[in-house]
Amino acid sequence: MRYIEPHAHMVSRTTDDYEAMVTAGCAAVCEPAFWAGFDRGSVHGFRDYFCQLTDYEPKRAARFQLPHYSWLCINPKESEDMGLAREVLQIIPEFLKRPSVLGIGEIGLNKNTRNELTILQEHVDLAATHNQLILVHTPHLEDKLKGTRLILDLLKSDSRIHPSRVIIDHVEEHTVEMVLDAGFWAGITLYPESKATPARAIDMVEQAGMRNIWLNCACDWGRSEPLAVPRTALEMRRRGHSPEAIDHLVYGNPLRFLSQNPRFQLA
Amino acid sequence: MTRQQVLDLYFMDARCKLIELAAFLDRVERASGESDFRHEALVKALEHLSLNEPSRAKQVLLSLSDPTSEPIAAAPGKGACGAWPGATPSAP
Ligand SMILES: [Zn+2]
Repeated sequence: MRYIEPHAHMVSRTTDDYEAMVTAGCAAVCEPAFWAGFDRGSVHGFRDYFCQLTDYEPKRAARFQLPHYSWLCINPKESEDMGLAREVLQIIPEFLKRPSVLGIGEIGLNKNTRNELTILQEHVDLAATHNQLILVHTPHLEDKLKGTRLILDLLKSDSRIHPSRVIIDHVEEHTVEMVLDAGFWAGITLYPESKATPARAIDMVEQAGMRNIWLNCACDWGRSEPLAVPRTALEMRRRGHSPEAIDHLVYGNPLRFLSQNPRFQLA
Repeated sequence: MTRQQVLDLYFMDARCKLIELAAFLDRVERASGESDFRHEALVKALEHLSLNEPSRAKQVLLSLSDPTSEPIAAAPGKGACGAWPGATPSAP
């Protein structure tokens, strides 16, 4: 089988994980900018991180012939400090020129605060100004419903934003319909505890249809599983889905969304 | 899939999770000290399991969600705990 991993925080993973992913059929990996697990102290920390995402990490993946792409932003977990967030927003354009950058992400909300919303709006402005694809993180657990509604309201009210160029990630049963109904792409994240399991992800796909949905593992430094997408493909086989349908979901769909940026090329 | 196929694939897994949930509720009850909103929220969410339509997962998620719509003034922290504490938060 072949698949694309459209959301993985590989800077937090070992080289063994790269090897396992490629062995399982991974054809490309995309890495949105994320929170480090602690607040970075200054804009210099972000500059180093963006260099890591756009220079070092593609080289590490290339050792396994795996194309590596990235998305840039300051994560909503760090946007309560609006001064720092704005400094980071200022350095992003110089990195947008780098050949493996696909767009702005993962932006969004964490605790649904006013400051987070302001910085989200400023990221959306940046994406609109530079005609970038957008990858949106929706909040965790009890905050997801409210955050998804706030994010959709903000994006739908902006005429510069085309929903077909935005993926709203980490949807669950209570948010998937509102995202797809508004014309956006939806991402389902496979996690051991929070977010979705393989079985629930397939349930959602079976009900919503798989037109504009992708699956991702969103593996990072927390409890997560780099092979969650191929494992879910296996689960689909057990349910009797055809190899063509599985390929459509785990390879064709991310390829279709990501190819809206012509930089996205498979090896 | 037929219902028989779903049962063949997932019954043991669901049975295991159901017993884990029952044992968890027993464990909370046997333990000392005060409980908090998370326990109450979980017990309340269980009501949705007896729904007669296939939207139980969605209803459980909705029941554990913050139902408000206004952005808040400041983040109380970075994390989420899985249940909405209500308008007057008492952090776990
Ligand atoms: Zn992520």
